[in-house]
Amino acid sequence: MSTATATHDEHHDHGPAPGLMRWITTTNHKDIGTLYLLFALLMFLIGGAMAMIIRAELFMPGLQVVDPMFFNQMTTVHALVMIFGGVMPAFTGLANWLIPIMIGGPDMALPRMNNWSFWILPFAFTMLLSTLFMSGGGPAAGWTIYPPLSLQMGDGFPFMIFSIHMMGVSSVMGAINVIVTIMNMRAPGMTLMKMPLFVWTWLITAYLLIATIPVLAGAVTMLLTDKFFGTSFFNAAGGGDPVMYQHIFWFFGHPEVYILILPAFGVVSQIIPTFARKPLFGYSSMVYATASIAFLSFIVWAHHMFTVGMPVAGELFFMYATMLIAVPTGVKVFNWVSTMWKGSMTFETPMLFAIAFVVLFTIGGFSGLMLAISPVDFQYHDTYFVVAHFHYVLVTGAIYSIMAATYYWLPKWTGNMYDERLGKIHFWVSTISVNVLFFPQHFLGLAGMPRRIPDYAPQFTEFNMISSIGGFVFGLSQLLFAYIVIKTIRGGEKATDKVWEGAEGLEWTLSSPPPYHSFTTAPEVK
Amino acid sequence: MKMMKRWLTSLGGVGLALAAASASAEWGLNMRQGVTPISQEVYSLHMTILWVCVAIGVVVFGAIFWSVMHHRKDKGAVPAKFHESTTVEIVWTVVPFLILISMAIPATKVLIAMENSSDSEMTVKVTGYQWKWQYEYQDSGIKFFSTLAKSTQDARNLDYQGDINEVEHYLLDVDNRLVLPTNTRIRFVITSNDVIHSWWVPDFGWKKDAIPGFINDAWALIEKPGVYRGQCAELCGRDHGYMPIVVEAMEPEKYQAWVKAQKAGLSAADAEAGKSWTKAELITKGENVYNANCAACHQANGKGLPGVFPAIAGSAIATGPKAGHIDIAMNGKAGTAMSAFKDQLSDLDMAAVLTYQRNAFGNDTGDAIQPSEIKAVR
Ligand SMILES: [Cu+2]
Repeated sequence: MSTATATHDEHHDHGPAPGLMRWITTTNHKDIGTLYLLFALLMFLIGGAMAMIIRAELFMPGLQVVDPMFFNQMTTVHALVMIFGGVMPAFTGLANWLIPIMIGGPDMALPRMNNWSFWILPFAFTMLLSTLFMSGGGPAAGWTIYPPLSLQMGDGFPFMIFSIHMMGVSSVMGAINVIVTIMNMRAPGMTLMKMPLFVWTWLITAYLLIATIPVLAGAVTMLLTDKFFGTSFFNAAGGGDPVMYQHIFWFFGHPEVYILILPAFGVVSQIIPTFARKPLFGYSSMVYATASIAFLSFIVWAHHMFTVGMPVAGELFFMYATMLIAVPTGVKVFNWVSTMWKGSMTFETPMLFAIAFVVLFTIGGFSGLMLAISPVDFQYHDTYFVVAHFHYVLVTGAIYSIMAATYYWLPKWTGNMYDERLGKIHFWVSTISVNVLFFPQHFLGLAGMPRRIPDYAPQFTEFNMISSIGGFVFGLSQLLFAYIVIKTIRGGEKATDKVWEGAEGLEWTLSSPPPYHSFTTAPEVK
Repeated sequence: MKMMKRWLTSLGGVGLALAAASASAEWGLNMRQGVTPISQEVYSLHMTILWVCVAIGVVVFGAIFWSVMHHRKDKGAVPAKFHESTTVEIVWTVVPFLILISMAIPATKVLIAMENSSDSEMTVKVTGYQWKWQYEYQDSGIKFFSTLAKSTQDARNLDYQGDINEVEHYLLDVDNRLVLPTNTRIRFVITSNDVIHSWWVPDFGWKKDAIPGFINDAWALIEKPGVYRGQCAELCGRDHGYMPIVVEAMEPEKYQAWVKAQKAGLSAADAEAGKSWTKAELITKGENVYNANCAACHQANGKGLPGVFPAIAGSAIATGPKAGHIDIAMNGKAGTAMSAFKDQLSDLDMAAVLTYQRNAFGNDTGDAIQPSEIKAVR
């Protein structure tokens, strides 16, 4: 570690290469972080456009906009783009930007791999999106790509599988980099239990990624050989088992859910203390709760498949294990509330998003608890109730934390303050519309509307119209978000080094924006 | 343009609909109580958990709200110094755990009752197909397909000009209902012929996946005569949204009468299949079979969907030798959505639909396929 710092010292004056080559050849954690974040923003807008098509078709009963086959492609690709192209790269971008400067290191530990893991992504997503223009269209079997249905896909099938492999390779390389960086690049005195919570949650997330992405890769490879090489892993007629795919997929898929939310917990745990001007309540219990959630995430996967016909003992086990997750999650929520309690709060845009996160994520948590109860899940499963649940967790959970993080650290990244008035408008329009969008979907699901249908019986019309109107407003308000971000990058009131009055942590000791090589001499950690 | 106009009118309609919300009985907000003992237990379990969540929500959100209102800098609040308390952490680990246990106990009871499908008085086999259901009464041998009703079939297209709200039971109506007796413990065995489907009637309180190569079971005891509607709940391809389920529950005596009538109908159909048919008769019959079984993919005009579902109009198979045409319809094509229709269509229906395909959409082979020719290759 000390030698790494020493080599950097020798040429500390060397800045970025000029022009486009700076971005293609960069090994700088901040440049790569920026690339990841901008890529995620682009994917968020593309995936959002697909959601607009979905909500337009569902605005009223009957078919008005697209063929059902294309509708299915939209629901599938929307999910793949948002999960693998939006949320995951956004968090990796935050990790790149923040982990080195939070632990007092000069850069990520494996900078060339860092460059590669980013530059795989544009190719992976170009390939995935190109399937929409191939004969037979894009994937249309849902993001879970269950066989046998997924095997009916046309020419795009192998391209979809290959793109998932590329996304997986990128994620695993990103995760390895995070672990190696955290384990080796911490400034002297930065013990594990002194690390900011964002670093902790990412460390645990990185292990989840390494443990589960290869499982997904295995599952989709088996799909590939079933389709092209005559194997019968999932083909009952050949002695295979279509339910086995679901078990393998969800062994990846459930930890994946926590991959999407643990870094969000980290972000919110950074922001709330800053604006409450009071240290995070129960730091160590937060760390233990995160670790418990990560552990439990490996033993609950079959709650996604209560209706496949498991033995009662299996259903009971997965129900109890899933309910248990409510305990550490509850601890986190209580700790955030206690951090706010008797603080001295101000409500700048990042804090607004963080408080909305706590409230709306908790609503998603409640519906999650309801879904865990297997006898009732037989009613909820595969309805709009589930759609409402995971959008509360992923949109007002994961994506809200990413927006909170953007407003919170954007002045540090760019050296410019964002426009607080526009930020607040963005927050309020988004928060009202996102609830108009997703809350009525609880009612639709309970009243019996299945998910993934392009058309519905007329008794579901009213709530679908309300939901679509909320969707259009929410979609439009994200253009405002993009505008605010671009405006801040291009200029604005200069930010101070500390930016926020209550900010604590090493990143605020650096200039805004930070120097090209973050900490060339290790800072002192008290 | 036309679409824009329809949208604008409906946008105005939203306001009206909201105003009339209380007047509309069909504006479902909550889970249905259903008509079986299990569905009612599921409903009350759902309500219990919902209220527990609401209660916890009131406490947590109340604390946040209070804090946001009072502990703010512009009101001169000075931050407190506390940031740790092992006692408090233990309390809010243990208390939720106890609440969870109190939820798990009734949930376990309901689950065990649901999964006990023994002591059934009759059995119905349900098979999912892309995109219809087949019902087979194991005790009486009655067997039929249940597909989307013609009224919806006509209204579900992109270019439909009429008003959806005027189609009775749009999307939730079928040609042949599943008729069941009330107050009888009925066991369902559920499977699939192609991809995974899920059989769901909300009034029964459960759904169960129909999986190829697997047989799942579930049960229901319907307490009230009536018509209960549901849908396929597992994404199963293009027409996943178009495979409804309609159950008609009637008193056991009425049900017995229905069984008798069905059996009489079956033997009449057998006699019909034996005779020789004219081309015109086959074509007329074939058009109905085509619309119920083929049009979802190959489209009513026989043009298919480019790149997804091949056209029948002018296709080499439908205008080529009879044997090849019969083979693909009987045995399907592996690795595609084209399933084997051998077990789905009778000799007569198969003969009729193939004759129709060979003489419609500008395919003028002029030949007819007789039921006996289908029988010969079975
Ligand atoms: Cu289906």
